[in-house]
Amino acid sequence: MMSETTIDKKKHRLTWRLSELRLGRAAVILVPMLWLAAFFFIPFLVVFKISLAEAVIAIPPYSPLLQWDSSSAYLTFKINFGNYLYLFESRFYLDAYLSSLKIAAISTFFALLIGFPIAYLIARSGPTKRIILLALVILPFWTSFLLRVYAWMVLLRKDGLVNDVLMATGLIDQPLQILQTEFAVYLGIVYTYLPFMILPLYTSLEKMDLNLIDAAQDLGAKPYQSFFLVTLPLAKAGIIAGCLLVFIPAVGEYVIPALLGGSDTLMIGRVLWDEFFQNRDWPMASAVAVMMLIVLVGPIMYVRNSNKEVE
Amino acid sequence: MKQGNSLTLKFMSGAGFVFLYAPIIAMIVYSFNDSKLVTVWGGWSLKWYAELFRNEQIMSAAWVSLKIAFISATLASVLGTLAGFVLSRMRKFVGKAMLTGWVTAPLVMPEVITGLSLLLLFVSLENMFGWPAGRGVMTIVIAHTTFCLAYVAVVVQSRLASLDETLEEAAMDLGAKPTSLFFLITLPLIAPAIISGWLLSFTLSLDDLVIASFVSGPGNSTLPMVIFSKVRLGVTPEVNALATLMIVAVSIAVIAAIVILHRQSRYNDVNK
Repeated sequence: MMSETTIDKKKHRLTWRLSELRLGRAAVILVPMLWLAAFFFIPFLVVFKISLAEAVIAIPPYSPLLQWDSSSAYLTFKINFGNYLYLFESRFYLDAYLSSLKIAAISTFFALLIGFPIAYLIARSGPTKRIILLALVILPFWTSFLLRVYAWMVLLRKDGLVNDVLMATGLIDQPLQILQTEFAVYLGIVYTYLPFMILPLYTSLEKMDLNLIDAAQDLGAKPYQSFFLVTLPLAKAGIIAGCLLVFIPAVGEYVIPALLGGSDTLMIGRVLWDEFFQNRDWPMASAVAVMMLIVLVGPIMYVRNSNKEVE
Repeated sequence: MKQGNSLTLKFMSGAGFVFLYAPIIAMIVYSFNDSKLVTVWGGWSLKWYAELFRNEQIMSAAWVSLKIAFISATLASVLGTLAGFVLSRMRKFVGKAMLTGWVTAPLVMPEVITGLSLLLLFVSLENMFGWPAGRGVMTIVIAHTTFCLAYVAVVVQSRLASLDETLEEAAMDLGAKPTSLFFLITLPLIAPAIISGWLLSFTLSLDDLVIASFVSGPGNSTLPMVIFSKVRLGVTPEVNALATLMIVAVSIAVIAAIVILHRQSRYNDVNK
């Protein structure tokens, strides 16, 4: 009799603890989940909703999708595809998208070209030197993005250091207009996003088995052959990750074209910004954002999946 | 052959490092320039530092930004640690794939999209429920917490993934409750990751221009917003001084963090 009640008690305590556990578990999962749902996921639905509204002069400056007319008891539901139609009809937006993709792709390529030797050198260095070099790569990444873009404004001016040096060496006799050109935008993107390229490249190169290169060279591969046939394929994951980490944010970049680019440097992030802050056309800005998301959703999903594999 | 190869490599990566550092060094040097014309050298001077500290607009914006960065980094560290823990330690649950997506996507999402979508959310919420009434420090904090959370979660998650689970299992076998297991065993082990996540969040929040521009209200300009409006009109020597101060502060923090982590990893290696 006694023992049965003890067992019952124990059982009771156990189930109580289990339910407490389940509750605790649910709470731990729900807190970050609800936060991200509220402030990351739902905002996209709001953007989509407002992209289907019409711009009106009011506060807030867009028309409601649902309207309740109390006198006639009619509920009107109004969707406006006009913003999207306009996106496709007007050359301006299409050009802005294409030009953003082009600028982002070319910058990514150059970031890879400059970043790869650095990542390779770090991965092949001894432990102490490796930490110092890594720190040198990470340091600019931690310093203000805005101020690093501004640093180029100072350097690229007509009377700036770059022009001074070029004139002093006699390469040019007139100062070049570098600031406010598309070239300055490429430079700015490559410069600010370079650490994002180097770090994943380094991670994949560091994991590589060096014996494979020795083996290839023992078998008679020339250095460039072992590089293209062994090193590059093994670094593929790092190359893809690095390229996407540069490409995706670069497509929507606003600060760099605004500060370094000319008035004719067309980028979609800048178009969205102007649509919102200057034209105050919130629905149009939303439609531009939705289209940008549609273009980028593939690459973003890819990044997410590769992150899952790491896990 | 090998020697020649490594020389090219050294040259190419050396050029890369010069590219990374030349603008920063130029800016530091110019910050001590006496001349009003930023690019003409007029001798060494601390004039622009004095000018910087006298500039009330910059100083008050810096104070707003520091406040926002401190609160956002702290909130993001708590939420991000939870998210990282959930993703790496909890077996399957409904919505795990979704949570993984929500944690990774903010890392690459173009800032104009994040900023616009949060602003529209705040405006819609205000219309429907009257909250948040207007926009300002609080809406910026919410926005910054959301994208910093993702960084903390990723750092914590990778730390947990590299961690030996036997310690946690041993504590569980010895009857530790989940909460005490987390606070006594797991938390101290991932503390370095949380600290670096906090620091990263702090600097990211301090640096953000685009998202803050969307979600801030009138009269709540953050430091990057003030800098941006100044440099848009052309180069200003005070900004050089400000940049130098920030670079020095960040360098000290990064070097300290690396020394600490290096020592700790050596300590861990010895203990293994």
